[in-house]
Amino acid sequence: MEIAVEINGVSHSADVEPRTLLVHFIRDVVGLTGTNIGCDTSSCGACTIHLNGEAVKSCTVLAVQADGQQLTTIEGLADGEQLHPMQQAFMECHALQCGYCTPGMVMASVSLLDENPNPTEAEVREGLEGNLCRCTGYHNIVKAVLSAAGGGK
Amino acid sequence: MIPVAFDYVRATSAAEALAALAEHGDEAKLMAGGHSLLPMMKLRLAAPAVVVDIGRITDLSYIRDGGDHVAIGALTRHRDIEISDLVRQHVPLLAAATGQVGDPQVRHRGTLGGALAHADTAADHPSVFLATGATVVVSGPNGQREITGPDLFSGFLESSLEPTEMITEIRVPKYTGAGWNFQKFNRRAQDWAIVGVSVQASSNGTQVALVNMHPTPVRATAVEEALASGADAATAAAQAAEGMEPSSDLNASVEYRQHLARVLTRRALQAAGIN
Ligand SMILES: Cc1cc2nc3c(=O)[nH]c(=O)nc-3n(C[C@H](O)[C@H](O)[C@H](O)COP(=O)(O)OP(=O)(O)OC[C@H]3O[C@@H](n4cnc5c(N)ncnc54)[C@H](O)[C@@H]3O)c2cc1C
Ligand code: FES
Ligand code: FES
Repeated sequence: MEIAVEINGVSHSADVEPRTLLVHFIRDVVGLTGTNIGCDTSSCGACTIHLNGEAVKSCTVLAVQADGQQLTTIEGLADGEQLHPMQQAFMECHALQCGYCTPGMVMASVSLLDENPNPTEAEVREGLEGNLCRCTGYHNIVKAVLSAAGGGK
Repeated sequence: MIPVAFDYVRATSAAEALAALAEHGDEAKLMAGGHSLLPMMKLRLAAPAVVVDIGRITDLSYIRDGGDHVAIGALTRHRDIEISDLVRQHVPLLAAATGQVGDPQVRHRGTLGGALAHADTAADHPSVFLATGATVVVSGPNGQREITGPDLFSGFLESSLEPTEMITEIRVPKYTGAGWNFQKFNRRAQDWAIVGVSVQASSNGTQVALVNMHPTPVRATAVEEALASGADAATAAAQAAEGMEPSSDLNASVEYRQHLARVLTRRALQAAGIN
């Protein structure tokens, strides 16, 4: 089936099988490999992207469901060399170790602040319940999100 | 993991979806949010020949004041229900339980119609459906019908819908202020309940429904009857596992589930102000 998906402001058309997962379309067809696959069972959140501005797990969406929609992946956050405030906060707070969960964590965190710009620490922890970090660096991840919410102060 | 190949049909109205179901019969499956169906297709526990995508039927995504009830379109996503002022005010049990479903990513996709049609005993919404005395409006080749209460759930992961029918609306009676509570016990925040309980009291008595205690979503009738005949919360809650056939899995044995049902039911009743 012919689909056209806007990813990070650029339209991508392709002929895909209906069973193609959105994460495979993003990585293998479009070639944006920043979005990781962790569990492939909807559990870990490594594949989190934004679909029409909201965090979703792209291993649990079909590419055909995203036809005509707008996606943002981790590659679309920075403005040229200028990191997105959330990326900057992750860097400053040492919110990553191996980095595998990081693209999904950052995308989930940006969506969290869109919905709740001034979260408490408990709300940040709960808001990231769908994202697992195998290096268990949760403490600094929560610090980074709180720091980004406070404008980095 | 990739599903078995299937034909994809996108329906933009309930009429189109029903026509596709009529054409393909039980070869076809509706896909709303896809957050129960797609994981099952990836594991190849489900392999429909035709997937009818109803996710874009935007006119079935709404939350309206229906007078004595709140009317919710079948395609309304968990997120929209969780944050709806109308739902929070008039069906607080539904708002609270919905906020505990999965994680934010799941709640951005999953729908109320999908959650009820999936008829999963481990899911939260069926217990809310039973405890609130809600009704689903179902459309099919012979017009509309309504299903209320346990009749919606006919077996393990099985609803009483015909393969040619779809849920279009859910009607949840407004809460009358007599007490409600939702308890969910799990080990990881985003998980399904190991056991859960929905409680809502009304002038007709107290309704108690259990999550993951029986092959189907179920009402704890022994608890309800004990309360109706004047038992206190602790005495009534001791009946919570009566007649239930819970499963044993890596999270919990049968005995542990029975224990959880009794403890969580007591907590839910007491938190609802029923003593
Ligand atoms: C990681 C993860 C965690 C989760 N955690 C929880 C949890 O804690 N608690 C919980 O309750 N749920 C949980 N869920 C399930 C989630 O709530 C699902 O979204 C929901 O059960 C199904 O809704 P859906 O719209 O995605 O349905 P779909 O997956 O699209 O459909 C499910 C079934 O219902 C049928 N169907 C869908 N819509 C209709 C309709 N309008 N009429 C008739 N049939 C229809 C489909 O054909 C299919 O058989 C979780 C899911 C995931 C992936
Ligand atoms: S890869 Fe999608 S949730 Fe783990
Ligand atoms: S930094 Fe290694 S998985 Fe999170």
